[in-house]
Amino acid sequence: MIAFVVRRLLQSILVMLAVGFIAFSLFTYVGDPINNMVGQDTTLEQRQELRERLGLDDPFVIQYGRFLIKAVQGDFGISYRHRRPVSDLIAERIPATLELSFVAALLALFIGVPMGVYTGLHRRGFLSQVFLTVSLVGISLPTFLIGILLILIFGVMSQDINLALGFSLLPQLPTFGRGETVQLGWWSTGFLTESGLLALILPSITLALFQMTLIMRLVRSEMLEVLRTDYIKFARARGLTNRAVNFGHALKNTLVPVITITGLQLGSIIAFALITEQVFQWPGMGLLFIQAINEVDIPVMASYLMMIGFFFVVINLIVDLLYYVVDPRLRADKAVAGGHQ
Amino acid sequence: MAVEAGAAARLADALRRFFDGDIWYSFTRSPVIIVSAVITALFVVSAVFAPLVAPHNPFDLASIDLLDSFIPPVWLADGDPRFLLGTDDQGRGILSTIIYGARISLGVGFASVLFAMVLGIALGLISGYFGGTVDAVIMRIADVQLTFPAILIALLIDGLARAVLPRDFHGEVWFYVLVLAIGLSFWVQYARTVRGSAMVERNKEYVQAARVIGIPPVLIMLRHVLPNVMGPVLVIATINLAIAVITEATLSFLGVGVPLTSPSLGTLIRVGNDFLFSGEWWITIFPGAALAILVLAVNLLGDWLRDALNPKLR
Repeated sequence: MIAFVVRRLLQSILVMLAVGFIAFSLFTYVGDPINNMVGQDTTLEQRQELRERLGLDDPFVIQYGRFLIKAVQGDFGISYRHRRPVSDLIAERIPATLELSFVAALLALFIGVPMGVYTGLHRRGFLSQVFLTVSLVGISLPTFLIGILLILIFGVMSQDINLALGFSLLPQLPTFGRGETVQLGWWSTGFLTESGLLALILPSITLALFQMTLIMRLVRSEMLEVLRTDYIKFARARGLTNRAVNFGHALKNTLVPVITITGLQLGSIIAFALITEQVFQWPGMGLLFIQAINEVDIPVMASYLMMIGFFFVVINLIVDLLYYVVDPRLRADKAVAGGHQ
Repeated sequence: MAVEAGAAARLADALRRFFDGDIWYSFTRSPVIIVSAVITALFVVSAVFAPLVAPHNPFDLASIDLLDSFIPPVWLADGDPRFLLGTDDQGRGILSTIIYGARISLGVGFASVLFAMVLGIALGLISGYFGGTVDAVIMRIADVQLTFPAILIALLIDGLARAVLPRDFHGEVWFYVLVLAIGLSFWVQYARTVRGSAMVERNKEYVQAARVIGIPPVLIMLRHVLPNVMGPVLVIATINLAIAVITEATLSFLGVGVPLTSPSLGTLIRVGNDFLFSGEWWITIFPGAALAILVLAVNLLGDWLRDALNPKLR
């Protein structure tokens, strides 16, 4: 056990070092940081002096080490574009992304699991076929297209449709930004105001849809597998009610893989939030990153890279360790992540 | 003469075997698959022959007129019979931009699938055939990469290229940058599949025999092992084509993929998105629908191919 944990930890550290190396190379080889800091009229001597003062003349390894130490302390430098510390920018943006991802994950779980159980229990049912067809469409539609469709229906056309029908079928929902937010310390939350909650609806559905179909299909296939096993037959033979068999015995045993996959998907939700944020102009980290790419704002790009890398490494580490704890039959190298799309 | 006749007979024989075979049988038995195949073929053909198929060339400045901008589709009031699906803000016919856009989307899609396939097969063969340290290193990299979503990797590679290359130069090489970015984010699947099969094939007698008579490893891998692992690889490639098209569209929608001067379907959707609120929905919805239909058709084909080639899977 200890050997496994140590090996796994070492591997995580190695990955983080590699990610840090890429991020640092960005700093070093793309553009000249001095040019980004000083004006036109700075003389060559002044530039050289600044270069020495900032330690940009030191050997690569020393600079890399310094970069890593600062990164561990949460210091990612100053954004070229915003002229502010990147850590401040990220602290401002991170609540928006995390709240959106959190709501989307809840939606995916609490709608996806019941749908999966239903389609697993009623294989040939009409509703099951509908769910499966919809999920196929859901997988084929790119996230940003779903967002645009929702905006078109609930933001642009809902008034016209209601007028044509004569009663209000579709609510008008906000399609832009976070609405009003409340500041709790450094954390800004949209959960406490009506406009903040309304603004969450469309983006979180957009973000949740893909994961929802994934969870639904996973639960369905797991249910089908478990329902075929002997202990389910035996439970039925004992005369237990359908309810007890389906939920007490079958569902319970499907949940281990569901929990792991959901855990792993948490990372992809945060990655996909980037697309959703662009569609709905949601002021989160993803939007910050996309802007940084377009403006070649290296410090922001590098720190986003480091943060996302760290996030994924931690999630994978936790999931692998959980696997090991929950099911000792599974060797670590079988714990494959879901790198979808 | 005799050689040609022999070749023709062999071809006829191969065709007859194909049409008598399981794959063709299951193809003719499924209307959904026939429709998907027809749709995919339509997209590919109209993309290849775009200059002949499209009503007009949307990038030929002589053929577009700003006065024609924002014309709705034909069946709405104010529609113009010249523009079946309406026009965009620059007076380009939506149908024409979709056909030219699909050309770019499919071009990037095919090229990146091919790149990922070649890279994945090469690394998978090396990994599976030689084993040992090489195998461990390649598979460790694959494991690590699999933990990150592919779209994120493609975005990062594209963003890095954008940061490293000068702006003008990037304007010229965007196609290769995109193919590299998308291809590098998908090679793992091929490598894993090929490695698994190669490890099995390596110990079979025909490979041992080839080794005994002194055929170099590269030739053994390419001529003897590769043909035996191609089936699953083709299935992955079909499904990956859909994913590659989506990835390219997503990158372009985010404004980091294809440049505005040669728009793909994703770029068209991004541009049209700005006009959604002013009521010109057709500029974004039609390219979106084209993308969705293309991806759905290719997905269905891929699923069917997987089941047809491997009856053991459900």
